[in-house]
Amino acid sequence: MQSDELTLYGKTFTSRFLLGTALYESPEQMRDSVSASGAEIVTLGLRRQNPSAGDGERFWQHIRETGCTLLPNTAGCKSVKEAVNLAQMSRELFDTDWVKLEVIGDDYNLQPDPFALLEATQELISQGFKVLPYCTDDLILCQKLVEAGCQVLMPWGAPIGTGRGLLNRYALKALRERFNCPLVVDAGLGAPSQAAEAMEMGYDAVLLNTAVAKAQNPPLMAKAFAGAIKSGREAYLAGLMQTRQTASPSTPTIGQPFWHQQKT
Amino acid sequence: MSNRTIEVFLNGESCLLPAGSDLADAIEHWLSEQQIPEKFAAAINGEFVPRSAYADTLLGSGDLIDIVAPVGGG
Repeated sequence: MQSDELTLYGKTFTSRFLLGTALYESPEQMRDSVSASGAEIVTLGLRRQNPSAGDGERFWQHIRETGCTLLPNTAGCKSVKEAVNLAQMSRELFDTDWVKLEVIGDDYNLQPDPFALLEATQELISQGFKVLPYCTDDLILCQKLVEAGCQVLMPWGAPIGTGRGLLNRYALKALRERFNCPLVVDAGLGAPSQAAEAMEMGYDAVLLNTAVAKAQNPPLMAKAFAGAIKSGREAYLAGLMQTRQTASPSTPTIGQPFWHQQKT
Repeated sequence: MSNRTIEVFLNGESCLLPAGSDLADAIEHWLSEQQIPEKFAAAINGEFVPRSAYADTLLGSGDLIDIVAPVGGG
C-alpha cells in the first residue's frame, strides 16, 4: 500500500491513533500502553500537584521518553476565560501551540458548550494557537469552527468515558460528507470494533483514553485498538461494498448440479 | 498577620509572604521548600502569568495563585 500519512496542522504521522495518558494504574503502565499503541500523539493535562507524591516527575519523564507529539488539553474548563488561560499555561509549559480545546457545558454528559467553544477557539487562534476542538457532532458548530480557522475537528463519538461507541452515525457521516479537513473521533469509544467503524466511515483518526486505561490489560488493549484502527482505515481505502436488501449468491448459479432436474 | 507580611493562596492553601514580594520571589521560596514541582506554569487570580513577567508581578494580599504541572489527560 502507498504511504498513507495523517497530516495535522502541517505535521505528518504514520499512526492514526491518538492516546490519552490518564487513568492508568501507574506511569509505567501508561508508558507501556503508549508504546504498544504505536501512537505518535498523546494528550495530557495540567493540574495543581503536590511534588511530595513523586508521580508527577515520573509521569513527565515517561512522557518525554515516548517521543510523542504532545497535545495538551483544557479538560475541566467551563468558561472561555478558564480555557484560554489554561491553554496559555500549556503553551509555555509544553512549548507547543497545539491545544485540544475542551469547554464543558454540562456535568452530566460532559458535553462541550458549543458557544463557549467557538468563542475560545476564535480567541486562541487569534493568539497563534493551533486548535483541535473537542466538539459535538453538530454540523453548524463544525462549520463555524472551520470558518474560525480550525484545520482539524474532533467530534465526540459518545460522552467521555462512557464506552458507548458511535451514538449518532448519521451526524458523524454527515460531517465526513461535508468536510475535507481531518476528522478525529474523540471520546466515547469502548471497543476496538467501534474504532474500526469510525475509520471505515472515513474518519482520519481516533482519540481515546478510558477504553485502554481501564482495560484489564491496558497495553494489550492499546495493541488491539491499533490493529482495529489500521484495519478500519484500510477498509475505507479499499472501498466497502454497498449494502442491499436481497440476498445474492456468491457462488455461481450457472452449472449448478441438480438444478430443476425432474425425473421424466 | 502583620503589615510586613501578606497572605496569598497557593493552590488554595494559605501562605504568608513578606510584603513587597513579587512572583519570582515567591516561586523561589516555594521551590526551595519543595511546595511546587520544578516543571510548572503559573496564574494569578485566573490570569496566566508568563515566566518572563514573574519578577515584575508584585503580589497583593488575597491573591489566588495557581501553580500547575503536567498530569495524565485524555
